[in-house]
Amino acid sequence: MSEFAVEARDVVRTFNDGDVQALRGVSLRVPRGEVFGLLGPNGSGKTTMVRILSTILAPTSGSATVEGFDVVKQPDEVRRRIGLAGQYATVDENLTGFENLRMIGSLNHLDKTFVLGRAKGLLEEFGLSDAANRNVKTYSGGMRRRLDLGAALMANPPILFLDEPTTGLDPQSRQDLWTIIEGLVEGGTTVLLTTQYLEEADRLCKQLVVLDKGSIIAEGTSQELKTQLGATVLSLSFHSTADAARGVELIRDVSAKPANVEGTVVELTVEGGPAAAAEALRRLDAAKVNLAGLTLREPSLDDVFLSLTGHKTDDESAGPDTTARKARA
Amino acid sequence: MSTTPDVVHASKSALRWAMSDVLTIARRNMLAIIRIPTALVFSVLQPIMFVLLFRYIFGAGAIKVDVPGGYVNYLIPGIIVQTTIFGAVGTAIGLAEDLQRGLIERFRALPMARMAVLAGRTVSDLGRNVLVLVIITLVGFAVGFRPHGGFVNYVFACLITLLFAYCLSWGFAYIGLAAPNSEAAQAMTFPLIFPLTFASGIFVQVSSMPGWLQGFATYQPVSEVTKAVRYLMDGPNVLIPNAGNSIWVAILWSVGLIALLGPLATAKYKKVA
Repeated sequence: MSEFAVEARDVVRTFNDGDVQALRGVSLRVPRGEVFGLLGPNGSGKTTMVRILSTILAPTSGSATVEGFDVVKQPDEVRRRIGLAGQYATVDENLTGFENLRMIGSLNHLDKTFVLGRAKGLLEEFGLSDAANRNVKTYSGGMRRRLDLGAALMANPPILFLDEPTTGLDPQSRQDLWTIIEGLVEGGTTVLLTTQYLEEADRLCKQLVVLDKGSIIAEGTSQELKTQLGATVLSLSFHSTADAARGVELIRDVSAKPANVEGTVVELTVEGGPAAAAEALRRLDAAKVNLAGLTLREPSLDDVFLSLTGHKTDDESAGPDTTARKARA
Repeated sequence: MSTTPDVVHASKSALRWAMSDVLTIARRNMLAIIRIPTALVFSVLQPIMFVLLFRYIFGAGAIKVDVPGGYVNYLIPGIIVQTTIFGAVGTAIGLAEDLQRGLIERFRALPMARMAVLAGRTVSDLGRNVLVLVIITLVGFAVGFRPHGGFVNYVFACLITLLFAYCLSWGFAYIGLAAPNSEAAQAMTFPLIFPLTFASGIFVQVSSMPGWLQGFATYQPVSEVTKAVRYLMDGPNVLIPNAGNSIWVAILWSVGLIALLGPLATAKYKKVA
């Protein structure tokens, strides 16, 4: 068997007779037993990739295998080994939570008794026992996502595709889902996750690729991506813009890179974090300039994305997640 | 994370799995029909309204059909055909909704039989039509319908109606898959369903229509089916002294329609989902 759970080679997918190029030759290898991230803004091709890997859509060219089975030539073998849960929580509104799971279990051709036990177990595990016999119509967004994930897990697949699993969720529901996903990976499941939340990729994904307009623009571990910026960010906030202006003159040469001043906040990209911070503090103290705050932080994936693409991840704001992002801010 | 039990797959032949998948989907659709009040109103209340409308308003004097037992004996077999055909609108709406909500995508990523989504949908609509037939028969009797054809022929007539409506529903499945959303699907069905049911012998005699319409109204499939159903339910009378070829024509239309529409809908399903 292949060493990778999922492999894609040069996958191209066009729509409207080639007018729209959703994927322009994407190759990736997902190692077993970890969370692999596809990171990118709306329209970058993440969902198209997941649809191809889960046999819903055929690639225009290129090939992909899941557990060694070709997604085009052996779709049924692939379908027996995957679970799919997504952004739109495709559960049946007119059924109860339990009925949804029973239906998916039966369509997965599982044993009846097993289905009953598994459905009950999953509902309990995801905190849906009390709502098990209520119509899904009455469920909150977070409950639907958990049920959707439960449906994807009915056949206990070794590989799970999660297409923006937390888009549009409140912070608590998001945390809950993260914990569930981490638990699954501990249990040996391979997860391929798409997200536009850098924080999510950072927290969950061991390796990730960054997609932009259908092409991979960066890949590696989240740590590797961050070190592409090669430094730590020293952020100093002052009580006034006048103080900030004085401060930046005093500490400018602590870093070889130019300082970034925004209002009362001065940010420096430095090599040795703590030493640079100590040096900055000594100089400011000697000149009697008071600080309102000091933080040392690693560059965020937002910084990474900005430096890779030249545009922020928020640029494409026309998406179902816009409100979610606002709610988060 | 608690430990996951070992997955137990059941073993059945491919054909039995396909049947099981069709029934699973059909059962899920039936539950939805029962639980959505609007769907229930659409499929049950509306035909009853049609019976009352034509029995007591249009049929009280405006429509003249001279058969033993009066207009009600002419009307009820027609309404039975009309209602089962209207049921196909539900096929289009149901599929458009499933598509819109992404459920069909989920089904496509499951190791289930490909044809089960369409077959399950048409089978559940067939089930609903059986229910509606029973209700219309009861309501018909309540408003004075006294057919002369005998019980066996009555059941035979119902089977022909159900067969025709089932075969036709594959065409409406195609519409449901082609429509951008369920509202559009519903809108797209009406230009088809109105001429088929109203420009037919369902409510009035074709001979009372303008000449240019009579050709279509006489030979279009719904009129043929209605003629067969009416003959079987009410027996021979002055209007329909013998069945002629209408029973065979109704069956041939059904078979012809599904032979054409079945592959068409299946191809569309493969393309859109």
